[in-house]
Amino acid sequence: MHALDLARWQFAITTVYHFLFVPITIGMAFLVAGLQTAWFRTNKLKYLRATKFFGRLFLINFAIGVVTGIVQEFQFGMNWSSYSRFVGDIFGAPLAMEGLLAFFLESTFLGLWIFGWDRLPKKIHLASIWLAATGTLLSAYFILAANSWMQHPVGYILNATKGRAELTNIFTVLTQKTALATFFHTIPSAAFTGAAFIAGVSAWLIIKKKDIEMSRTTLKAGLVTMLISFVLVGFSGDFTSRVMTQQQPMKMAAAEALYTTTDSAPFSLLTIGSLDGSRSVFQIDIPSVLSFLSTGDFKGVVEGVNDLQTKYETQYGPGDYKPNIPLAYWSFRLMMGFGFIAAFFALLALWQLRKGGTPKGKWFAPAMISLPFLPLLANSFGWIFTETARQPWAVFGLIKTADGVSTVVSAGAVLFTMIAFTVLYGVLAFIEVGLILKTIHNGPRPEEDFEVASIGGSADRPLVMSY
Amino acid sequence: MSFQSVWFILIVVLWVGYFILEGFDFGVGMLLPFVSRNEADRRAVLTTLGPVWDGNEVWLLVAGGATFAAFPEWYATLFSGFYLPLFLILVGLIVRGVAFEYRSKYGKAQWRQRWDIAIVVASALPSLLWGVAFANIVRGVPLEKSASGSIEYVGGFFNLLNPYALLGGIVTLTVFLTHGAHFLALKTDGEIRVRAHALAIKLGLVSAVAAVAFLAWSNLMLPSINAKFLTLSVATALFWVAGLGANYLRREGWAFIASSLAITTFVTGLFVALYPRVMPSSLGSQFDLTITNASSTEYTLKVMTVVAVVMTPLVLIYQGWTYWVFRKRVSASQIMHPERGVLDTLHL
Ligand code: HDD
Ligand code: HEM
Ligand code: HEM
Repeated sequence: MHALDLARWQFAITTVYHFLFVPITIGMAFLVAGLQTAWFRTNKLKYLRATKFFGRLFLINFAIGVVTGIVQEFQFGMNWSSYSRFVGDIFGAPLAMEGLLAFFLESTFLGLWIFGWDRLPKKIHLASIWLAATGTLLSAYFILAANSWMQHPVGYILNATKGRAELTNIFTVLTQKTALATFFHTIPSAAFTGAAFIAGVSAWLIIKKKDIEMSRTTLKAGLVTMLISFVLVGFSGDFTSRVMTQQQPMKMAAAEALYTTTDSAPFSLLTIGSLDGSRSVFQIDIPSVLSFLSTGDFKGVVEGVNDLQTKYETQYGPGDYKPNIPLAYWSFRLMMGFGFIAAFFALLALWQLRKGGTPKGKWFAPAMISLPFLPLLANSFGWIFTETARQPWAVFGLIKTADGVSTVVSAGAVLFTMIAFTVLYGVLAFIEVGLILKTIHNGPRPEEDFEVASIGGSADRPLVMSY
Repeated sequence: MSFQSVWFILIVVLWVGYFILEGFDFGVGMLLPFVSRNEADRRAVLTTLGPVWDGNEVWLLVAGGATFAAFPEWYATLFSGFYLPLFLILVGLIVRGVAFEYRSKYGKAQWRQRWDIAIVVASALPSLLWGVAFANIVRGVPLEKSASGSIEYVGGFFNLLNPYALLGGIVTLTVFLTHGAHFLALKTDGEIRVRAHALAIKLGLVSAVAAVAFLAWSNLMLPSINAKFLTLSVATALFWVAGLGANYLRREGWAFIASSLAITTFVTGLFVALYPRVMPSSLGSQFDLTITNASSTEYTLKVMTVVAVVMTPLVLIYQGWTYWVFRKRVSASQIMHPERGVLDTLHL
């Protein structure tokens, strides 16, 4: 394999891995903050116990989110130095802002939260988890703005002598439609994911007949959050589709395996394409829905892959402008599909909870165990779709992925680091899943532990405030 | 002053901040087994870092991001050129962060011992390699214009392991060890504090020798005497000696401040020697990366200046406040049930 392919694999592996922890962090930060607020307001012990229990799970996850993020920060320079030279003038700014505005906030206030239980006044301690959660939002916003610029470059000019893109308007970059659409799609997705995690864990406690009272509350909170955020995910996904069709029609065409330009285009449920991916052999369709999704009009014209290929050849010169179509097609569907399944389970469980009892039935245990995993899969496929269907471009219309790779790094070096990161990440995943399972197995700390002192209780103290 | 110079200075500030802050937590990590006799000691030592290590590390992330934004050519050439050392640093940072967070989850001796080894090695590796990397930048590495016009690193990995750079690595390693000992003496009580005092003196003398040799070599390496660099080098030596003296007199706060100042003048000195270059080439000055040919446009630099001017003081305030909140000394006797892991038992 060439350094290029290896660098792409390395990027894909490390980012998808990073993004397994990211949505849980973002979603849970707010939910834990909410639980602590409930405790602050009502002084009910169950909220404090829930805050500590889910807080502990949150921190186990957060640790890996942080350390995998560090790799991301330097990877652009290491493996993608030609890309970095080309875009640095624009792309570096949001990255630096992310550090200055978000990472400092996140890390400092989380440190205060973890170690500050008995050092800070209650109110300030509560404020620190909210500030840390705000940090995760800011971080998401800046990095997504950077990524959106790769999907749809704006606010720049090309400097031919320097051979790079140069920033002309930072506000355009930070507030363009693509960035907003992506932000409002990714954040509810993260809330959906974090909530599914909390709901799944709570359901497990109920199944194990542990702490039913607390778990019912957190299960309900998780399920309701899931449903609300799923509605938002759907709305923003619909909006994103339109923005994307305007800006990257090839992506929508690939997502639909739509080979020729059509009006009243159908949304396909299943497609089997010819081996070379140039046309479809068999399709099951829902009439006109694609036209509606991508243009907002059932009769709207949607451009097809083959026509776009011809168009891009005239525009950008000879080359293959088709992304991997089966991958785009399936990842798009899997994103939505896993999301729908998770939302359906959530609805079902909530329905049974509404009737007062605890959910019963054979479906409950497997559905609830799968609950945390489904949104993770949906997220991964969402990114795999977004990023691979942009190919061959790294920055749409400006620089191809193939031209972005570092020229001085040998294939051997990339292979070596890729294997090392993958092995290291594998080991970390193994350890962290073990810790998470053990934490869940232990369950929340019993009530007696909290009765001794005002906050946390004496038995809990050394554990909260020391490493 | 041009915006390029402003950003050169800001990047110096970020690296100085990083080396002072993560410098001591690398030091504490390496000293872990040497200042502790039992589990309570070890947990007390790690607790001094608990609330702050991640915030300290963000200085590096921002230094990286700022270099990307302000001097993309430097970012690209440096990180693709110093590929393997940077990779090793990343592995160190990953392992360290996870080790801090996970080590005390279980009480089993084997579990904890493994993480302790991880903490020591993963703190030592970056400490050494940052010195190697910076020394190489100061010394100049083979940089050449590529076919596409960019300036690229053309040496290999072993090119980076020259005697001067290795000496630089030993300097950062021993300086961080000493600085970490000063921090521990300041932040702990009881036996750990006593041991940290004793170690700081020994380590401080070793690093003094290494640092003086390195700085002398660096000054002599320049084509002509650079008065500013020379002054800063002398200041570094003086601060360092002052720190050792303060430690000897049990003035822990002053010792820590002095070693922080020594790190400041040391890092600033090296950058002053570079200025206006950011990465000189050993193959001829026409291939040097400088603040002019590596920088972003003035517009980007202006935007980033506004962000930095607004945010940096805020960050300093709330990070400083964290140190204030956790200003109390930690001692082993405060750690209740040191052998017990958070996840060991269902009921306490
Ligand atoms: C939508 C959100 C999102 C996305 C797309 C990314 N990240 Fe991330 N990142 C976060 C959201 C986030 C977070 C929520 O802020 C994290 C996750 C867990 C955590 O600890 O903070 C984080 C942590 C994190 C850290 C560690 C911060 C610390 O020490 O506290 C770094 C350096 C990065 N990320 C860098 C990146 C880069 C360079 C990315 C692009 C390839 C990237 N992240 C994608
Ligand atoms: C965290 C969520 C993300 C995931 C899961 C993700 C996933 C991926 C995947 C799977 C690829 C490989 C595409 C291919 O090679 O065919 C890729 C490429 C790329 N992505 Fe992302 N991405 C994410 C976020 C980002 C962000 C936020 C940025 C920029 C700030 C970014 C920049 C890039 C670049 C530069 C490439 C080109 C390199 C390559 O083709 O592998 N990605 N991404
Ligand atoms: C309900 C129907 C959904 C629709 C119509 C939808 C639509 C889309 C579209 C069109 C994109 C591509 C954006 C682009 O490339 O510019 C996308 C990306 C993405 N989707 Fe979805 N999506 C849905 C559900 C979900 C669910 C349930 C999740 C996760 C829980 C999810 C997570 C993501 C992520 C993380 C991305 C990549 C980030 C981005 O580009 O916004 N999506 N989605």
